[in-house]
Order: sequence, then structure tokens, then C-alpha cells
Amino acid sequence: MQIKPILSALRRHKAGTFLIAMQIALTLAIVCNALFIIQQRLTHLSEPTGIDEPNIFIIQNEWVGKGTAEQVDAKMREDLAVLRALPGVQDVTPSNSYPLRGGGWDDSVKLKPDQLQDTTGSTIYFGDDHFIDTLGLQLIAGRNFRPEEITAMDVRDRLGPPVVIVTKALADKLFPDGDAVGKTIYLVGGPTTIVGVVKLLQAQSVDRWASAFAYRSVIVPRRLAISLGGWYIVRARPGQLDAAMRAAPKALFEHNPRRVINDEDGLLSFREVRSRAYERDRGMAILMGVICVVLLAITAAGIVGLTSFWVGQRRKQIGVRRALGATRQDILHYFMTENFLISCGGVLVGALLAIAINLWLVTRFEMHRLSLFYLLTGVVILLLLGQGAVLAPAMRASRVPPVEATRSV
Amino acid sequence: MFSYYLDLALRSLRRNRALTALMVLAIALGIGASMTTLTVLHVLSGDPMPGSSGTLFYPQLDPRDMDSYQEGKEPPRQVTWIDGMNLLHAKRGDRQALMTGGAVPVQPAQSSLDPFYSDARYTSSDFFAMFQTPFKYGRGWSEADDDARARVVVISRTLNDKLFGGKDSTGQTLRMKDTPFRVIGVLDSWRPSPHFYDLNMDDYANTEEVFVPLTTSRDLRFDHNGSTDCWGTGGGDEEHAETQPCVWLQFWVQLGDAGKVAAYKEYLTHYSQEQKQLGRFLRPVNVRLPGLMEWLDINKVVPGDVRLQTWLAFGFLLVCLVNTVGLMLAKFLRRAGELGVRRALGASKREVFAQLLVESGVIGLAGGIGGLLLAMIGLWLVRREPSEYAALAHLDVSMLLTTFLLAIGSTLLAGLLPAWRACQITPALQLKSQ
Repeated sequence: MQIKPILSALRRHKAGTFLIAMQIALTLAIVCNALFIIQQRLTHLSEPTGIDEPNIFIIQNEWVGKGTAEQVDAKMREDLAVLRALPGVQDVTPSNSYPLRGGGWDDSVKLKPDQLQDTTGSTIYFGDDHFIDTLGLQLIAGRNFRPEEITAMDVRDRLGPPVVIVTKALADKLFPDGDAVGKTIYLVGGPTTIVGVVKLLQAQSVDRWASAFAYRSVIVPRRLAISLGGWYIVRARPGQLDAAMRAAPKALFEHNPRRVINDEDGLLSFREVRSRAYERDRGMAILMGVICVVLLAITAAGIVGLTSFWVGQRRKQIGVRRALGATRQDILHYFMTENFLISCGGVLVGALLAIAINLWLVTRFEMHRLSLFYLLTGVVILLLLGQGAVLAPAMRASRVPPVEATRSV
Repeated sequence: MFSYYLDLALRSLRRNRALTALMVLAIALGIGASMTTLTVLHVLSGDPMPGSSGTLFYPQLDPRDMDSYQEGKEPPRQVTWIDGMNLLHAKRGDRQALMTGGAVPVQPAQSSLDPFYSDARYTSSDFFAMFQTPFKYGRGWSEADDDARARVVVISRTLNDKLFGGKDSTGQTLRMKDTPFRVIGVLDSWRPSPHFYDLNMDDYANTEEVFVPLTTSRDLRFDHNGSTDCWGTGGGDEEHAETQPCVWLQFWVQLGDAGKVAAYKEYLTHYSQEQKQLGRFLRPVNVRLPGLMEWLDINKVVPGDVRLQTWLAFGFLLVCLVNTVGLMLAKFLRRAGELGVRRALGASKREVFAQLLVESGVIGLAGGIGGLLLAMIGLWLVRREPSEYAALAHLDVSMLLTTFLLAIGSTLLAGLLPAWRACQITPALQLKSQ
């Protein structure tokens, strides 16, 4: 196939050529970045929490009326006994929060008491000696809390438990040599000793502001006794989640009706928690996907439209070429090559544009740098799209009979 | 002439239905996507206090110790009890209010209703006048009530409907956290969005249902919701929140003119210096006085995703327009013969140009109508989303006009190049080749 005659023909259709190339360039730039955003969101929303998600549900319990910390703690312990006695329930822990909740108590961790800058941020989870079993966490070093280490904590008290359990991510950050158990760290309220390390436990927030300490969690052996209430994390026996979710609030109300369990989000299975936490990311990924598909379709339609026009315009020339001995294959190849050349120009500009847009997004929207893989994927998609779109008009062109050369109109 | 061109345009569009449909569809998709995202952006970046947002200011002080001090950093976004009360009692603004958020257990008198928690605002008395809250019944409380820690409450219209069947409930008793309160006012529907006066809640949160004096809320130890930032020996102790080195309150001030703003800023500087001399403030003086809209900007209230979507939609519209330019170019040039005849029969270049622009305008109008339908579907989808702002996404008159202007304007713009190219056709050449 000779390229030179194609180029000289294109020079006579500058506007059309330019428009197709530009459309391809813009489409490539948008599609690359959109694919990249989709991938980032999907990676984000498939990050593991480290807990036994299918069997866990959360009860948000709010107390009605006044009460001292001692009274609240007593009521809370009664609730725990009630829940643990239910047949469908495997275990329960009281807590101040749970993974993917969206926010809560975050605190700084220091290695020395007089350090000016914090070593790292961390998520603070309150729990009793059932916390690890309830969430299905994997203890990889040290030990669990002992029942006598669990005490009630009032908001008035400072957070200074004698012992804590940390996640491996936090232990590795603080003690890279892997000997965290037995070491002392400093929370906001004072020194504490690490007695155990769990493998994985995600933070309460998966938003970007919390990403610096995403898996760095601290579990403190405390029941948070405040009159506002708190959360019970419940692990149902396998396959009995629905039954346990129905039975639990009923049993709680039967035991003590002076409480509120919100209709809207007072009782949530962890599946709902997960879908709520990532709703926005999923929505964004779907939107990006739809935009990509529609954009590609419109670009393909544009190529079909413009090429069809060119074929119609050149029927006579095609006829002449056929009469002079060009085969149908030659004509087909001519249009395919022509489109390929335009597409190449388009993707070249588009690749630069995609990188430029990405750099701009990095500064304005805290995005990551575009990886080359997505750029190449986009380029291949658009080149294939161009060839696919041009196929139908090119086939029509190849069917132009040689006799066309002799017709005057 | 216009009607003749319109007739010609319709004929020409009808002749090539697939191409016309493709152009209209492309424009409609581009416009639909742009208008959906633009409407959401418009709603979210709106002025929550039209008319008075220019007079509302949010003073910031830096009462922290020298721990991890860095020069030029923003002061805390809330104030301590001591500073808040000092600024409140100094009364240097036209109006001022000190407030924070919380939740209170409401215990209805009817046995048919279970107790429930309501979002509450604990505030000083100027809140209602300063933010021009509409009252359905009664009124807000007075400064004397603030000082007396009065057990009075203003409730929202929805709470009044729920508890008192929508009737005038002023003078009635409402039990909250085992304490009887006297209802003195019922607000009418009021939902400033964003929820500017306390951005620690969801940025587009609903207005609170219960309003009680801040002093009363402290007296009864009502639970505080929102952010509490402490330093030094502060531990967020709710029992002694008044003396803790923690910021947990919002302070708003109304200042009528620029002179007052400058004077207030000077006052804040002066106040900080004084506190430094007293040994309460340790950092160098660092005061700011952002206005309401500036405050929303500082807090990046409009979600990044929404802005990203808007840019994406306009990129999409651009591709759709380039596509339309290409197709129109093909279409107009294909009719070179017909246009040549018109030129030969005496039509001037300008008339041919006008004729072709009318044709692209028709496409723009059709695309605009299609785009409007798509935008309505798009907004309906947005409203089904779970986010707090979803319910606000409605098309208003200004956005409706924008839709059509954008559609027709951009299509006319897209028609310029093809129409101009088609005018350049030499009639004689076209006639000869036929």
C-alpha cells in the first residue's frame, strides 16, 4: 500500500481530517483518564476490612434519659449478656465504632513522650476481650485482652489504657524489626504496652484524609460508657445472620425499653455498611464507565458518517481506479489505511492531551499519576475503534463498480 | 426569509434522517450530561443566605500552645468556650451568636410515640435574627433567657408536625433528657444549604429540629456532636468543657459595612494580644475573619467529585460538538450542487450562510430539547443517590435558560465552520461538473 497518494488526498480534505483527528484525540484523553479513575475507585472499594463481613451486623444503641457512667456501664453489660444468650449469636463486643463507619475517634501515636511530631495517626477502636473473636480477626503475635483488663471508661477519663492490641500495619510502622509485642507507645493520654498484634483491621474512614493511616488501628480494652450510647458489633452464627438481626433488637427492647435503635441506620448488616461506605465511589465508577461507552460510540458514529461522505464524494475516482486495475482489496485497504493514518495523528495528540489533563487533575483533585498501561489501552481501543468504524463505508467503497468511471454524474 | 430558510432546513434534515438523528443525539447527550452536572454544581455552590451572606463573618483565633507550631498556618476552625463567651459578651458586631451541635433524646408526651433522638443546635439568642430564620409560631428566646439558662426550646416545623400535629405549640411542654422545656417558637421550613453555620455536620445536612440556649445545654450536660480539637492537657472532658483547652464551638458575627469589618479585625488582633499578655495564648497573633462565602471555599464544601464530573461532562460536550462539526461539514459540502444552483440564481454568500446557520440552529434546538429531557432524567438519577445533597438537585429557571442558550449557542458555533466552507463554493464550478 502506498501512503503518499493517501496523504496527498488528505491534504485536500484538511477540515474533515482535522476534525476526525481532533475527535479521536479528545476521546482518547477523556477515556484514558476515565478508565484510570474507574480502576482507582474499584481498587479502593475492594480493599479488605480484615473482618468476618458476611456474618457481622452492627447495632447502634442510644440511651434515653440521664445516667451516671456506672449506671450506663451496668446497662451495657446487661445488654451484652442478653445478646450473647441469643441462639443465633456467636459473639458480641461493645465498641465506639467499626470499620467503614465513616469517621470516629482517631488519635496520634508517639514513640517517646516528648516527641513534637506524631509518629503516625491511628484509628482507636474500643472493645472488650471478645473484640477479636467477634470480628474474626487473626491474632498473629502476643495475646488477647484478659477479662480483668477490660474496664469502663467515661468521657471524662483520659485515654490511657495499660495495654493495647495493634494491627500489623501499625506495628510495622512503629517497630520495623517486627518485635512490637511488649514495647511501649504513647497515646494522647499516656504510655501503654502493646500485648498483641492482629493481622488486618481497616480504619473507620476510607476517605482520602484518612488514607495516611488506613490500616493502622489500635484496640483499647475499654467499654465506652457514655449516656449517648454506643455500638454493639454482633457476629451471627454462620447462616443465621437474618434471624439474629431480627432477634437482637427485640431481645434488647424486651430487656430494657428505655433506648432508641434508629429505624434508618440503627441496625445494619455489614454488607449494608460496606455498600454505604463506597456508594460514592461505585457511583463515580459507573458514571465514568457510561461516559466512556457513549463517547466511544459517538466517535465511531462520527467516523462512519464522515467516511461515508468521503466515499460518496469519491465514487468516480474509485471507479477510475477500479477500471485501471485496482482490486476491491486495494480500495478497502485504501480507506482502512487512510483512517489508520488519521487515527495515528489523533492518538498522538490525544496521548499528550491525556497526560496534560491527568497532570491538571493531580494538582486539582488529588489524583494519582496516570500509568502508561491505561494510555496504551486507550490508544489500542481507539485505533481498533477507528478501523472497526471505517470498515462498513470502506466495504461499500470497494463495491463501487469500475463502470462508475464512465458515468458523468 | 427566515421561514423559507426554516423550511429548507427541515427539508434537508428530513432527507438524511440517520445523519440528522446522529447529530441531534450527540448534541442532546452532551447537553444532557453538562446540564445535569452543572445543575448539581450550581445547587451545591449556591449562596445559603442570599442578601445577607455579605454581612456574615466567621472569626478565627489561635489559642493553642506552641506544640508543633508552624508559621502562617490557618488558626483552628472553631473557638474555645472562653474565647467564644468573651467575643459574645463584647458585642462588637451588629449581632453575634455562639453555637454548637448536638443530639437530644426527645420524650413525647403521647404514649403512642417512642422516645427518639433529634439533632439539636445549642446557640445564643442572636442566632434567629442574624440568620433570619422564618417563624411559623412564636419567636426565639432573649438574651435574658441565655443568662438565666432558661428551659425554653424552639422546634422545627417537622418536629412540630410530629409531636403537636402541626398546631401552634407555643407554651406547651416538651420533655428532653428527663427535663421539661417550654416551647416558645416553631420555625417554618428553613434549610440553608450548605449547612454553613456548622460544617462539622454533613456539609448539606438538614437543619436541626431542636434549638435550645447554649447555656442551658451546658447546664443540663446535653451531648455535644461535631468536632472537638484539644491540645496540651485537654482531653475532651465534656463535664468541664468550659475550661478545657479545646475548640468545639462556632462563633458567627454580623457586620454591616466594610468599616465595621476592619474595626472587628482590629478588635480580634487586640483581643489576641491581650490574651497573650495574660498568658492564655502562646502563639504569635494569628487572626482571620473570612466572610460566609469565603468560609465555604476554605472548607472546600463543594465535593471534589462533583467538580470532576462537571469538567468531565464539558469534555464530553466538546467531543460531541467536534463530532457535529464534522458531520455538518460533510452534509453541507455534499449539497455543493444545490448550493451552487442557489448561488447561480442570485443568492448571495451571506444568504447561503444564513440558510445553513438556520439549519444548524434547528439541530441545536432539537438537541437542546433532547438534552433537557436527558438532564431531567439525569437529575432524577442524582436525586435517588444517598448523599445529603441529592434531594436538592432540581432544575431552576436560570438553569433551564442556560440549557437552551448552551445548546443553541454551541450548535451555531459548531455550524460556523461548515457553513463558511460551504459558502466558498464557486457556483460555476459546481454547475459545470454536473
